[in-house]
Amino acid sequence: MDTKIYDMDKIDIAWCPGCGNFGILKVLKEALSELDISPERLVIVSGIGQAAKTPHYLRANVFNGLHGRALPPATAIKAVNRNLVVIAEGGDGDMYGEGGNHFIHTIRRNPDITNIVHNNMVYGLTKGQASPTSQQGFKTPVQVNGVILEPFNPLAVAIGLGASFVSRAYSDDMKETKEIIKKAIKHKGYALVDLLHPCVTFNRMNDRKWFKEHTYYLGKDYDLTNRDEAFKRATETDKLPLGVFYINKSAMPFEKKLIAYKNNKKPMYEREVNLKKLKNLIASKKG
Amino acid sequence: MKDISIVICGEAGQGIQTVEKILTSILKLSGYYIFSTTEFMSRIRGGSNSTLIRISDVPVNSFVEKTDILIPLDSKAFDHVKWRTDKDTILLGREEFIQKKSKRTFEVKFTELAKEAGSKLYANTVTVGLIAGMLSIDFPILEKFIRGFFKKKDEKIINGNIEAGRKGYEIGERLVKENKIDFKLKRSEKAKDHLLLSGTDLISMGAIGGGCNFISSYPMSPSTGVLTFLSRQQEEFGIIAEQAESEISAINMALGATYAGARGMVTTSGGGLALMSEGLSLAGILETPVVIHLGMRPGPATGLPTRSEQGDLLFALFAGHGEFPRIIFAPGKTEDIFELTRKAFEMADKFQVPVIIMTDQYLLDSSFLVPLIDISKLKNKKYFVKTNKNYKRYKLTKDGISPRGIPGYGGGLVVVDSDEHDEEGHITEDLDFRTKIVDKRLRKMDLIRKEMEPPELIGNKNYKMLVIGWGSTYYGIKEALERLEDSKTAFLYYKQVYPLYPDTGKYLAKAEKTVVIENNATGQFAKLLKMETGIQADNSILKYNGLPFSVEKIVKELKAIMKQGGK
Repeated sequence: MDTKIYDMDKIDIAWCPGCGNFGILKVLKEALSELDISPERLVIVSGIGQAAKTPHYLRANVFNGLHGRALPPATAIKAVNRNLVVIAEGGDGDMYGEGGNHFIHTIRRNPDITNIVHNNMVYGLTKGQASPTSQQGFKTPVQVNGVILEPFNPLAVAIGLGASFVSRAYSDDMKETKEIIKKAIKHKGYALVDLLHPCVTFNRMNDRKWFKEHTYYLGKDYDLTNRDEAFKRATETDKLPLGVFYINKSAMPFEKKLIAYKNNKKPMYEREVNLKKLKNLIASKKG
Repeated sequence: MKDISIVICGEAGQGIQTVEKILTSILKLSGYYIFSTTEFMSRIRGGSNSTLIRISDVPVNSFVEKTDILIPLDSKAFDHVKWRTDKDTILLGREEFIQKKSKRTFEVKFTELAKEAGSKLYANTVTVGLIAGMLSIDFPILEKFIRGFFKKKDEKIINGNIEAGRKGYEIGERLVKENKIDFKLKRSEKAKDHLLLSGTDLISMGAIGGGCNFISSYPMSPSTGVLTFLSRQQEEFGIIAEQAESEISAINMALGATYAGARGMVTTSGGGLALMSEGLSLAGILETPVVIHLGMRPGPATGLPTRSEQGDLLFALFAGHGEFPRIIFAPGKTEDIFELTRKAFEMADKFQVPVIIMTDQYLLDSSFLVPLIDISKLKNKKYFVKTNKNYKRYKLTKDGISPRGIPGYGGGLVVVDSDEHDEEGHITEDLDFRTKIVDKRLRKMDLIRKEMEPPELIGNKNYKMLVIGWGSTYYGIKEALERLEDSKTAFLYYKQVYPLYPDTGKYLAKAEKTVVIENNATGQFAKLLKMETGIQADNSILKYNGLPFSVEKIVKELKAIMKQGGK
């Protein structure tokens, strides 16, 4: 499928020139096109923030909901129509801050969705405050003496919860990132892509040079089914590993386990009330 | 009309609900009209809880203070319900639980009799048997029901319970024979054809009738029963029932589900709705349907978690930031609870708006005899369209309703956005368009008004005094007015509280005196009436101690108002 199929006619992109989000948008379109996913079959769910605007810049079905709340509707959309390909996309503040509780419980639920989190370690849209992943010492208009909180470690949390697919990518490495996103989308179950990218306006601490110097790829002999090793790698902070950390192949997707599909495989929108059964249910209340 | 009210009171964990379940079922099967309601403390064990069972030869559906028989199951019970007893109240139970002896007290050693039948655990069945005996219920009906009720237990337990029931039954029979009590009531074949349903059952079955196939909720009294009911029906009716990690998750899930074409709902109480408020507002701008069942309990904050109040009317009306249309139903009559819950799903889909259905603990936890629900004419329409390449989710239309597509059905793309959006659904800051799309959303109210439920006028059309109520006070007010037998007084019952029926002002203007009865402290419905009609009701009867209105309380307060001159 040609990537042009995802191009919008005319759009006014709200990102700053040089923003890592441009690379992510390009890579996402390429990954989708290589996987032959048509825009009509695709739903991108997002919250609020600069990253959460991504679905407005490519052709797809879109549910752009509330700040922090992309994962619950994404889970439900996949649950009521299993034929759809669902991606939940947003930034670090959206997914790990405001939506932190949903992040935890969506991993537990394990719906077959891909969760792409644009992680630039700063709040962009609200102009430069710390995000949950900001590093200690990072000075902002609010954290005036630098961040004092321990940064949130999404990978360690996800691996700790036995997430079925956990990965980290870096936006400037477009080739590698595309492959990671493709694997995440193909994976049957919840797939996390923690996608590092520079914020050229508000994060001068973690710039392109910093990312180049502080990342490395997990090697070819890395065993991605070894949860202990994955956890160990996820807690490395001097240099951040990139690639797929962990795959839990035994985890069955949420929507495959739903009783509602036991006798009927149709998506919810195609169904009618079974009046005969309702009549019986009512009659059973005669005592 | 003759009716008997029995109150059983004891600690949480003593099995009062089991007694209620068995008794109401066998009484109904025997041809009596019954109504039961419980009040209980927010705890798993201990405290004092009570259940009222009314038995009558005509339909009765409301809470009364009058207690003909009180069965105290522990030493705290009598004090807990003393306010509902008088000199005619018969007390049945262990001597030490009765306290004051009189000609109207009879000692019944439930535990000893249960032990004789095999185990003290059968004490509740002795209680059931006793009442069955007093009402001369055919013992085989009780025996058959016990067998069914305990069918998963082994034969020894079943026979023990039957024996325990018999022991109680014999005492009840003897009390009647010795003319110590007289509870002869006419039986009715019609009662046998009725359904025995709680408010929770009616909401849940109404939801199934409305095509509900998705519910996501976080447990919160008194609304949890709906989630439980639908969870049990997941396989039978193909329903996805998910316990969400929070109410915030619940409403956002429900909106995802309906966006993708399901019929989705949430069930919650006031505190849960507070958490859902942003999601409610989201439903407003997305124009994505959702049904919210709001089972009220007294607030603010945690308030009285297991008790009843109509304190969230104005909250439900104004919850959610920004301006968008909504529909609020508040059924009180059993038939309306089923029908309006069903209709809520239709309205939500048709007008692409959130629909709130308001109940309260009293309505949800009470059991009613309901005339058989006829679903032969039930038909749910599909209100979404198959999209094509040029599809625009928010096409500006004359009536404000944009054809609703769903993702994956047709060749178009369905884009919805919590930001203000253009016709396609994409984020925009075109301020001229903003005005147009706000107008489009609000225009839907005109259509909604055309399909709303008018209030029901009960009594003389040429009334002088008009009593107004909404939701769960329906049966209480109705019975109170029947007792007052005042031909110049009528009752106006609202089952839809928003939008308010356009002719409401006419009803109010016609009355010489108006009285609004509601289970809250600030007269919220009276405020809504004033806001929408400009007319201030003359009187309000309010109650907000956590209990529902009793018929007696309404009678007393109305009498006092009738006595006053002027308005």
